[in-house]
Amino acid sequence: MHELPVTQSILDIVLKHARMNRVRRVHAINLAIGEMSDLQDEWIQKYFDYISKGTLAQGARLVIDRIPVVFRCNACGWESGVETRGMKDFACPGCGGRELALVSGREYYIRDMEAE
Amino acid sequence: MSEIRLIEIREDILSDNRELASLLRSRLKKHKTYLLNLMSSPGAGKTSLILKTVERLKNRFSIGVLEADIDSIVDAEKVAASGVQAVQLRTGGFCHLDAGMVAAGLDAFDLDALDLIIIENVGNLVCPAEFDTGAIHNAMILSVPEGDDKPLKYPLMFSVSQVLLVNKTDYLSLSDFDMRLLKERVLRLNATMPVIPVSCRTGEGIDAWISWLEGKVSEFIGQ
Ligand SMILES: Nc1nc2c(ncn2[C@@H]2O[C@H](COP(=O)(O)OP(=O)(O)O)[C@@H](O)[C@H]2O)c(=O)[nH]1
Ligand SMILES: [Mg+2]
Ligand SMILES: [Zn+2]
Repeated sequence: MHELPVTQSILDIVLKHARMNRVRRVHAINLAIGEMSDLQDEWIQKYFDYISKGTLAQGARLVIDRIPVVFRCNACGWESGVETRGMKDFACPGCGGRELALVSGREYYIRDMEAE
Repeated sequence: MSEIRLIEIREDILSDNRELASLLRSRLKKHKTYLLNLMSSPGAGKTSLILKTVERLKNRFSIGVLEADIDSIVDAEKVAASGVQAVQLRTGGFCHLDAGMVAAGLDAFDLDALDLIIIENVGNLVCPAEFDTGAIHNAMILSVPEGDDKPLKYPLMFSVSQVLLVNKTDYLSLSDFDMRLLKERVLRLNATMPVIPVSCRTGEGIDAWISWLEGKVSEFIGQ
């Protein structure tokens, strides 16, 4: 439910780069956001449309690439995506190890933008 | 004439907050003040645990409390009545605290005079997990009535915390809450996290919590 501050931060960063690159208009913004985040894509776009009015980024489309949650086994290095919501067992299928570390799924990243 | 081009940005959306958080941690280090961020759903027992903690540690450390929970004017009063300095942070219905808000809140304290400050974050298992507050550690409370399936629904909260308290163990006998299953689920998300069952009502397990916290505070402030 904190889509608003996150969206504001996206707009600030985009406008900064738009100025640095002497852009006239931003058409699309490519984001990478981890599956662990509960952000709602739909709301980010709605807020963005609202707060970007009158800026170079007005009307820009937010393209969100969801990065899956991946764990790595500390013992044997096995890596796998995990559907945490449905998980039951919790040992590494490779070696039975129980120390699993989160490798991805927490990203909050602006990759690039399409602009003219 | 202009054409559409791809412009690299490569920036972390939350980087401003992260920077503020690490600035805040250096400030705390300098003043030797340990900051704990306490998170849970509404009603899981944050205020109760803070009161217990203050009662047990106020002769050992000088303690402050930063209150941010929604109905927390009441909470700040309860805490202040226990004899430590409590500051009310007006979050205006915000769903979480960020490092900027915490840094501003800490201005109301004399950090040099304090060893430990506890933040009562907004009661919510989703949003506070995404924002680094600048605290040295995050503690999460899950209460027995909420159920043992919460790690599956709120994995991020369990991943970003350094210690988990399972509160209201006095309800265990009345419920189908499975502590062993909970621990398995938690350890899968956070392999090294201590899980401490407590009851703020009966006092069960509070010793284990106090010794965890006392250890962390002593280590940080160097005494
Ligand atoms: N039975 C029981 N009730 C508790 C326990 N801890 C807190 N409560 C009650 O749960 C309610 C909410 O607690 P509170 O500390 O205000 O939760 P907060 O919203 O997280 O700050 C209060 O009525 C407390 O008295 C406990 O260990 N056992
Ligand atoms: Mg409270
Ligand atoms: Zn393994």
